[in-house]
Amino acid sequence: MTDAAKTPTARGAKGVSLLAPDAHTRKRNAAEARFRIYGLVAVGIGLFFLVALLSSIVMNGIGAFQQTGYRLQIELREDVLDKTGTRDIENIKKVKTFAYAQLIRAAMLREIEKAGIDTPLAQAKVTGFSSDLDPMMSDGARAHLRDLVLADPGLIGQTIELRLLASSRVDGYLKGRVSRDSIARDKNLDTVHLDLVDALRSVGVVNTAFNPAFILGSDASDARPEQAGMGVAILGSLFMMLVVLVLSLPIGVASSIYLEEFAPKNRFTDLIEVNISNLAAVPSIVFGILGLAVFIQFMHLPQSAPLVGGLVLTLMTLPTIIIATRASLQSVPPSIRDAALGVGASKMQAVFHHVLPLAMPGILTGTIIGLAQALGETAPLLLIGMVGYIASNYPDGVASGFLDPNSAMPAQIFEWAKRADPAFYERAWGGIIILLVVLLSMNFIAILLRRRFERRW
Amino acid sequence: MYDTPFLERNIVTQEVKISARDCQVHYGDNHAIKDVNVDIEDKTVTAFIGPSGCGKSTFLRCLNRMNDTIDICRVEGRITLDGEDIYDPKVDPVQLRAKVGMVFQKPNPFPKSIYDNVAYGPKIHGLARSKAELDEIVEKALRRGAIWDEVKDRLTAPGTGLSGGQQQRLCIARAVATEPEVLLMDEPCSALDPIATAQVEELIDELREQYSVVIVTHSMQQAARVSQKTAFFHMGSLVEFGETGQIFTNPRDPRTESYITGRIG
Ligand SMILES: Nc1ncnc2c1ncn2[C@@H]1O[C@H](COP(=O)(O)OP(=O)(O)OP(=O)(O)O)[C@@H](O)[C@H]1O
Ligand SMILES: [Mg+2]
Repeated sequence: MTDAAKTPTARGAKGVSLLAPDAHTRKRNAAEARFRIYGLVAVGIGLFFLVALLSSIVMNGIGAFQQTGYRLQIELREDVLDKTGTRDIENIKKVKTFAYAQLIRAAMLREIEKAGIDTPLAQAKVTGFSSDLDPMMSDGARAHLRDLVLADPGLIGQTIELRLLASSRVDGYLKGRVSRDSIARDKNLDTVHLDLVDALRSVGVVNTAFNPAFILGSDASDARPEQAGMGVAILGSLFMMLVVLVLSLPIGVASSIYLEEFAPKNRFTDLIEVNISNLAAVPSIVFGILGLAVFIQFMHLPQSAPLVGGLVLTLMTLPTIIIATRASLQSVPPSIRDAALGVGASKMQAVFHHVLPLAMPGILTGTIIGLAQALGETAPLLLIGMVGYIASNYPDGVASGFLDPNSAMPAQIFEWAKRADPAFYERAWGGIIILLVVLLSMNFIAILLRRRFERRW
Repeated sequence: MYDTPFLERNIVTQEVKISARDCQVHYGDNHAIKDVNVDIEDKTVTAFIGPSGCGKSTFLRCLNRMNDTIDICRVEGRITLDGEDIYDPKVDPVQLRAKVGMVFQKPNPFPKSIYDNVAYGPKIHGLARSKAELDEIVEKALRRGAIWDEVKDRLTAPGTGLSGGQQQRLCIARAVATEPEVLLMDEPCSALDPIATAQVEELIDELREQYSVVIVTHSMQQAARVSQKTAFFHMGSLVEFGETGQIFTNPRDPRTESYITGRIG
């Protein structure tokens, strides 16, 4: 080797220095760098949309979890509620909500007086009859008070402190949904009402607080958005998911095991296989109309019942579970089956002792994904009457939970989004937050189960 | 024993354990095994040798009906175990496989603990009436698999966490735990280092005292070391079958000769 050969430039024909990449390498590196940038950009765009979506959901919906109310000292006057003084429940029941409205007005007027607020609404009227104050209160407030008294007649004669809901417009004003301009066209509420609300807020009588009734309560009629809650619909969804789980998991897993491990491979099983894959792609509304025709019109199961909803969603979930289960059965190495057969296990023992445990994480993930899909499904519920039903009563007991008309979470959200009052619109967004939280927790459970089963190698 | 010249080996003819007559195997249109006639003796190690793809594994799998799991596979002819036709419709292949154990080419322990790997067979066949008895069976099998000393302190550790050679010995232990009468081994040492191979070969020699062992191997030396009988397969046919010493020193068929001298395969 000569001295000249030691410098990189003076190398022989194939002597290109490794320190300076050649043209081909540079080109390949540039392509790789470009590809990485494309990837980053794609992920970035995805993240941006995700954040935008989530933040708009939270911004629009978080208000539904808060509700405006008045903290009032209500004097439950005996001369109004129980003129005879006998505390006879039948007599007390005869007193209509109208009487309770008087008590609420009186309590409100006392607060106004105590705070020294000067408002035309408090003047001129006989104490207790200032019906001008009514639009500030929820229609449900008097019913709420009446229920309270009927549950415990001993309260009559006492003065109790109570938080009563404000009307949805006052609620909207405090949350910024209703402004003084938009109120101009409103026949119910005046700017004087808003002045009063402002004054009451400064003395702490009006405030906005967390509203558990939105999560636990039932739906309310068009006139009372402030009372509407998701609770009953959540229960309806829960009952549907129970039906789906109890039916689709055993049926799906059993049929996948049979098809994958035992069925002979012939034209017939091929046909079944193709059809299952096709079934997974059938629009959900088709299952809905099938459910309507078969379960309701032919089998005469009750309309709007979670049982029927669950049956329809089971049809929809089955292909998902079957496909996921078969994929995870296929991914179990065949050597495990050979090993089991080799020590004299029967086919069934091989499958249940060795293959199934290994496929379990995949099966569970598939099942939960199927359930999550079913949970968010709205279209088939439309056809069996679970959309549009006002879920205002909690089912009493398990049987009625399955059979009594109910709504479901997505159906309830759809229902609220449809109603005219913007207060319901806010609740629809709030409902979406609840739905997403439930879905995320289901995914979380899926991950936990996966971990738990995978730890057993 | 490895150093004993073939011709001086003390050859005792045992009674026939498995015999195959006119055995044919088809994979769809592929005629993989043609007219194979062979008698496998009890308490003897029989080696199957031959070039890749000649049908050694296929024929081995016929002997415990593992081919039943392959849909396109068709087996014809008569194969008997102790004089009983194992392909008789009345025979339950599961019962057969408990008698004819198998060790596979690739170590395939269950993804369970070492203990459970070995205990599984005895458990499903009801060989142990108590936990203590099962413990005993497991220990005995692991000792026979020449792996007891390495794993006795971690029986609850996963079997898949062992090294390749240890896994293969675990699989052998698993196979002997069910007390089979015949042990089929398909290239059991192909994944092992020379030390582990030597251990397994020693083990095979011990197993011969009780079982009939059939081993498929690509190593002439291994076949020469461990077996008493050797069968040479070529293109699906059994070309030559006889005493190992005779096959390796004095083959009758020119194809056998060229294979063992390294000219075909
Ligand atoms: N599952 C199968 N399906 C179809 N054909 C198969 C199958 N297994 C083996 N064959 C075919 O049968 C013939 C014999 O294969 P086999 O595995 O028995 O050979 P082998 O002697 O064991 O080879 P090797 O030494 O490489 O393991 C080959 O032609 C192979 O293509
Ligand atoms: Mg082979």
